[in-house]
Amino acid sequence: MRFVIVAGTPSSGKTSVMVHTIRHLLRSNLAVAACKIDCLQTSDDARYSRLGIPVAVGLSDYICPDHFYVANLEEIETWAQGQKADVLVLETAGLCHRCAPAVYDCLSVCVIDNLVGVDTPRKVGPMLSSADIVVITKGDIVSQAEREVFRYKVEMENPQARILDFNGLTGQGALALKNEILNCRPLEGISGRELRNPMPAASCSYCAGETIIGKSHQMGIIKKVDFGRGN
Amino acid sequence: MLDKITILGGLDKNGMPEKVQRLEIAAGEVLAAVGPTGSGKTQLISDIEQYAEEETLTGRSVLINNQPVNKNKDKRSLRYLIAQVSQNMNFVIDMSIEEFLLMHAQVRGIREPARTIEEVLAITNHLSGEPVTFSTNLTQLSGGQSRALMVADVAIISNAPVVLIDEIENAGIDRLQALEILTGQGKIVLVVSHDPTLMLMAGQRVVMKNGGMEKICRTTPKERKILEDLVRVEKQVAGLREHLRRGKSIGLDDNREEDNEKERLVLWQKF
Repeated sequence: MRFVIVAGTPSSGKTSVMVHTIRHLLRSNLAVAACKIDCLQTSDDARYSRLGIPVAVGLSDYICPDHFYVANLEEIETWAQGQKADVLVLETAGLCHRCAPAVYDCLSVCVIDNLVGVDTPRKVGPMLSSADIVVITKGDIVSQAEREVFRYKVEMENPQARILDFNGLTGQGALALKNEILNCRPLEGISGRELRNPMPAASCSYCAGETIIGKSHQMGIIKKVDFGRGN
Repeated sequence: MLDKITILGGLDKNGMPEKVQRLEIAAGEVLAAVGPTGSGKTQLISDIEQYAEEETLTGRSVLINNQPVNKNKDKRSLRYLIAQVSQNMNFVIDMSIEEFLLMHAQVRGIREPARTIEEVLAITNHLSGEPVTFSTNLTQLSGGQSRALMVADVAIISNAPVVLIDEIENAGIDRLQALEILTGQGKIVLVVSHDPTLMLMAGQRVVMKNGGMEKICRTTPKERKILEDLVRVEKQVAGLREHLRRGKSIGLDDNREEDNEKERLVLWQKF
């Protein structure tokens, strides 16, 4: 089974990109299963369901969706194998720019759009810099010059990645992404594989539901602002 | 160096072979794609953008200088085959024209950025009626000024050898000049439009029907004459627009009622 991990900035069009691409995969008679990891709510599962493929949803609720995601990778794989999938598409929530969902031997796709600004690629971190493929969306509504500058900034952050322009409305670019998925090697089990980057830490009292402000309510890994480091 | 693009025909929406099986466009030429909405114009452009190799829905192939494209080998050098200027595009970066053009010039590896962006600004102001300066913010540009800057930037800074002009509206930009500037840089220009003026500005037009390339028409000498008329009328409309925008009126000092259609036409064409 090919294991495709899709991350990206909020509202960049992750689901639209994958829905168009899955259509092409289905046309080649491949069985696809999709899993969406989100935080509080999602309606993206309905969009995947309309393709007639098996869909699972994981809501992380009060836990960082990235941590929730990594703690469930084995279970998600087992579920998809039970669905006899040839390709598993696992879409993560993409809430903070510090997400780091890429796993060695899985195909890691980062979706980012032209509207987030030319400085954003530098801010995004491992989600972008460790991706195999960077999909850039919404190029149809910004100037050619901005598209070129944005793409250059993405290349600066991740010179190895294959970069694909994608129109999430028309599906242009889906064929190229499908071919990239077909070219990646199927995964022989996710257990024991390694994250490409460590995830952001999230194990303090607030992660576990604490709401009161103040030192005496803070436990676990707590990081404080270093006021000596101003510029 | 790109001298020629060739599109080898595939299938229309019914799976029948397209009537046009070979379409060639040379550097410095303008090709218009015409046909009703849904006839396949956008898909044709999309095939060219993706360097189709019979794998897209239409089964078309694109040849560059008579050679098929090796997408995996040349993916970096091929990335900007087509630069686009369309009605839906906007500048979204909050930055002055100068800062942005310098950034773009740096990204494209331009050797003399200061001189180059002067040229871009001059062309921009040549194409649009209302002048802009280096300190003008991108987000403050009018529709016409934005389009003019996009054309100038595509002509001078972007290195894409093919330029797609998609549904550019009439107001605020001299389209004939824009096409001349682009083709003068040795670019191939593709025009998608429902506007007869733009269609006739092209040397040839491909007529789309039911997803297929139905016919290629070369612009005839008579059509070129009509184009001259159309351009003249557009200039007159632009003049009328300026007249009204400057707060002037027509017919205030004239008591005679003008209800004759022909006379009215002549009247506004006069100034």
